[in-house]
Amino acid sequence: MSRQATITHTNTANRGIGADVTRPDGIPKVQGSFAFSSDLWADDFLWGHTLRSPHASARIVSIDIGPALATTGVHAVLTAEDVPGQLNFGLEHGDQPVLAANQVRYVGEPVALVAADHPDIARRAAEAIVVYYEVTEPLTDSEAAPQAAPIHPDGNVIRQLNIRHGNINATGEVTVEGTYEVGMQDQAFMGPESGMALPDEDGGVELFVSTQWLHVDRSQIAACLGIAEAQVRITLAGVGGAFGAREDLSLQLHLCLLALYTQKPIKMVYSRDESFLGHVHRHPAKMWYRHHATRQGRLVKVEARIVLDGGAYASSSGAVIANAACFAVGPYKVGSAHIEGLAVRTNNPPCGAMRGFGAVQTCFAHESQMDKLAVALEMDPIELRLLNALAPGDRLITGQQITGTFPVAEVIRQCAEAPTPELAPTQDHRNLPGGSGRTTEATDTARGEGFAVGFKNLMFSEGFDDFSSAACRLADGVATITCACAEVGQGFVTLAQQIARTELGIDEVILAPAQTATIGSAGSTSASRQTWMSGGAVQAACNKVRSLILADISAKWGVHLDGLVLRDGLICTLDGQQQASLAELTANRAYEADVVYRHAPTEALDENGQGNAHVSFACAAHKVIADVDPDLGLVRIRHITTAQDVGRILNPTQAVGQIEGGTAQGVGLALMEEIVLDNGLVRNASFTDYVIPTTLDMPDVTIAAFIEEPEPGAPYGAKGIGEPPTISSSAAVAAAVRAATGLDLPRIPIRPADIALS
Amino acid sequence: MSNTYSLRVNGTDCEVTDSDITESLLFVLRERLGLTGTKNACTEGECSSCAVLVDGMLTCSCLVLAAAVEGQEITTVEGLSNGPEDLSVVQQAFVDNGAVQCGFCTPGLIVAVHDLLEADPAPTDTDVREALSGNLCRCTGYGRILAAVHAAAEQMRSTP
Amino acid sequence: MNRVVLPLSLQEALSTLTADPDATVLAGGTDLMVEINRGMRRPTSVLALAKVPELRRWEITPNRIHIGAGVTYTEIMTTEIAQAAPALAQAARTVGSPPIRNAGTLGGNLGTASPAGDTLPVLATLNATILLQSANGQRQLQLDEFMVGVKRTCLEPGELIIATELDRTNGGQEYLKIGPRNAMVISMAGVALVADLDTRSVRCAMGSVDAGIPRALKAEAWAAERIDWDNGAAIDPAVAQEFGQRVSTECSPIDDHRSTAAYRRHAIGVLAARALNRVCSPKRNGHV
Repeated sequence: MSRQATITHTNTANRGIGADVTRPDGIPKVQGSFAFSSDLWADDFLWGHTLRSPHASARIVSIDIGPALATTGVHAVLTAEDVPGQLNFGLEHGDQPVLAANQVRYVGEPVALVAADHPDIARRAAEAIVVYYEVTEPLTDSEAAPQAAPIHPDGNVIRQLNIRHGNINATGEVTVEGTYEVGMQDQAFMGPESGMALPDEDGGVELFVSTQWLHVDRSQIAACLGIAEAQVRITLAGVGGAFGAREDLSLQLHLCLLALYTQKPIKMVYSRDESFLGHVHRHPAKMWYRHHATRQGRLVKVEARIVLDGGAYASSSGAVIANAACFAVGPYKVGSAHIEGLAVRTNNPPCGAMRGFGAVQTCFAHESQMDKLAVALEMDPIELRLLNALAPGDRLITGQQITGTFPVAEVIRQCAEAPTPELAPTQDHRNLPGGSGRTTEATDTARGEGFAVGFKNLMFSEGFDDFSSAACRLADGVATITCACAEVGQGFVTLAQQIARTELGIDEVILAPAQTATIGSAGSTSASRQTWMSGGAVQAACNKVRSLILADISAKWGVHLDGLVLRDGLICTLDGQQQASLAELTANRAYEADVVYRHAPTEALDENGQGNAHVSFACAAHKVIADVDPDLGLVRIRHITTAQDVGRILNPTQAVGQIEGGTAQGVGLALMEEIVLDNGLVRNASFTDYVIPTTLDMPDVTIAAFIEEPEPGAPYGAKGIGEPPTISSSAAVAAAVRAATGLDLPRIPIRPADIALS
Repeated sequence: MSNTYSLRVNGTDCEVTDSDITESLLFVLRERLGLTGTKNACTEGECSSCAVLVDGMLTCSCLVLAAAVEGQEITTVEGLSNGPEDLSVVQQAFVDNGAVQCGFCTPGLIVAVHDLLEADPAPTDTDVREALSGNLCRCTGYGRILAAVHAAAEQMRSTP
Repeated sequence: MNRVVLPLSLQEALSTLTADPDATVLAGGTDLMVEINRGMRRPTSVLALAKVPELRRWEITPNRIHIGAGVTYTEIMTTEIAQAAPALAQAARTVGSPPIRNAGTLGGNLGTASPAGDTLPVLATLNATILLQSANGQRQLQLDEFMVGVKRTCLEPGELIIATELDRTNGGQEYLKIGPRNAMVISMAGVALVADLDTRSVRCAMGSVDAGIPRALKAEAWAAERIDWDNGAAIDPAVAQEFGQRVSTECSPIDDHRSTAAYRRHAIGVLAARALNRVCSPKRNGHV
């Protein structure tokens, strides 16, 4: 304790909000001592393994687990018959079987579970399970899905959302039309799904797992296990990236089922190929657009039809199509719009949340359209965007008025006007298209510049009761923060400490583990919401503690509350004449508070897709310089410039990391990342064939500007920053390749053949 | 099916008993020796999260048959520093430059950067990119990682 | 047998293999371990060749290059082999990532016998002889004799790949390869090309566009007649262009999840034309 007390004179201003504070988990992570969910160990644990469907559509005639059970070292083999509670689970709709009973609807759907002494024994036992399938023709065409025979009792339309805004019969003097397509992207986090479940004496289960949302995992698990929520105790284990793929359950329920059945600890770690089958992906999209504008370039109306392939189960498809439709026209002022949004069910792999959540797909389409419109109008594409840029006070196509900050024009201007660094001509193949494959000389290339801007909502929409919970305890001058916010790499752990330091004027802040048993829900680490929501909860909890201390001291010293301040480990009067150490003050009595924090309520959309459905918005723009080898269709991005609407920067280095990382995922979608399907079968479930950008694919990123216009109502005015970089980067890369080649390129990812054979 | 052999890891001889002969060095390090710093992301040599040094040579431990490296000197991320107070220059640079987000690729990168800077104390940016082109990272877009490598190289050059 | 054997000499390796012909042979592990990790292969005994000194040697003589089967891609890139066979070094540099190149071996690339094996087109253009040895003696085969189909060789039980011998050539060499990104890729299409000033011949072989590693024999002969060998192997760019088109007719690419037959054939034409231009241009660009 004395050692901690000596820290109280540290200048907290340098480690609070706005400072470049390093991550508290950075040191264990660089030393390899940070425990990820695949690093867990318990006495006498067993390995779990999942048997998955090899068919996209089949009736299960019979399952014979006998040969698997007879394998030496096997402790349990479970099928749908062994699920004690609800048979289905789901994030929005409980439409997905825990284990397939009579029907499989996608390749990779879990059918049976094995627990064994060694992972290879478990795998072999799973291979020994005899399943007779009656294979049927899968439904894999999303556009045919609404009319096709239903492949699920809930039907093939997961959600249809039509937006009718203004005069849907309006026309413009100039129109441009296009059909666009986006392939199925995978989140491809580095740490595969993994975790450990341990049976509890009370008939419950303790689960250590990598997830984005502990409490919603818990409610789904408890319902399917047929036990009380309190009997499912979840602790967040180290998460190796998420990007949306851990918002749905993957192995959580399976681990718990095996643990309860065997009464032993169960560990599961997906292999990479299994990971590609074991989580939802970004929705592939087919989009038709028609833009109407005046001769002067003012947008009059946008018509669009957006079809998202939700795959076999609903996951968050309903919310994804809402985002795709609500933000379908981009951050532009459009008086009239008619958008048809459709999320359908097919026998393809299920799709759900991924960074950008519906806005990525439509940004590719609306920005392609804006470039096309600029050509039709013979107008500079940046000018066209600036002319139509949304601003506070304007209305979205959902009729919602923007009441917060929304510096779209400034973001466009800063990004567009930033000088691109001098790109010296290179003879080094590593910096040319094709890289060390030595395919391309500088003389084989053409250079193109592309620009795009995109936006989306922050936090949950459409009337969802969105909240986060946090507790703060100050004792011995040390603050302990408890919050169930899932740290998935984004850096909330750093921010939580910064917030507590700023609010309490102390330096040492301990973060309690994220658990369901100790605190209420923090909501999901998604929708760019945790800095605002869990940051807001932590700030409010710390504020409450501060108020308690101030009240005590105010009474004790006879000084008005306004005359007191907490800083540098002290509570003192404004003139500094009277002061006391917070460590001493809290040595014998802890100050504690807990809060539930909510953002302003939102409304559902009406039958015309109108309503105040969203809380806040953020936008980003990208400018991309690409060198293209048109004969081979190879691309080397040379430089990326970006600007982003951030509200306020709370940690500059972490902000840069989010922007660079989000941009890279957009680069991947534009050029290389796609789950290749053949009649529902995933053909490239490995890092050999599902390729993501390497160090030789990602160029330097220049952040031209963080546009800091504090958002009213947001803690410290900060907006979430995780998603915007992924939204506009794909569209800007595609635009740059178009500029270099003169081709239409209506589909991403752009494959070499799309360029070379055009 | 079982097998007993000894591995020399981070300067210590470790007995491996009852091991299936098909187990990779990655599996044995993690599941039998408890050295979980070496990460399991793809098990096919496409991400380098499992990078270790075998007799000083940068290697994907997932592609090494554990029983076949008996007697060779294996260095994992755990062997590059002594305790939380003693980070290597490379490790400190990763922390200070924001090169770590989720951290799953980090141990493999730390090992690879140690290997790179030992061979080439002053790599160009393109050299660094080529040397690390097998280390996939999904969080950072590599910008802060490259900054950390250059910062570490500079510091190592200025402090002999 | 349930064991891993680490022989310390070639003789020990061969006698082990004779006694246990079903033993799985492990070279660099970069292909085999992928199959083991996926449970596609469960060997009960393994013969690991890493410590067989005869396989780790290379020797460069005025006309030939002898490369032991256990020589790694990194060694090919960073030793005198790179000067003696520049295209082989270029190919080695495109294999996987640095740690993969530290482990993977030339013998392993041959043993896997994938049409996408990066060194194989180079070996085909350098008239490689594959040396196989068993307790019964040695065989020497050309690449097209050794590789009989996709991932199929004529290696017999009890036989090991021990080395490859290549021609040294006088003139430019090129290996060009296309993948889906700028590093760490499996070949979608690759071309190796050699212009040999001494024999006044062009040799061109292709990867990832056939069940084997086809040579473009007709196009080679066509080009050799059109190169001005007396003037530093000068070539008219239009000839190189046509050469590329001719080469692309001498392969049989397929559609798969990595690319399409149409793109592969097109790409082979572009790569072959560029390769010929490079080896024939006055300023040769044959080094890594």
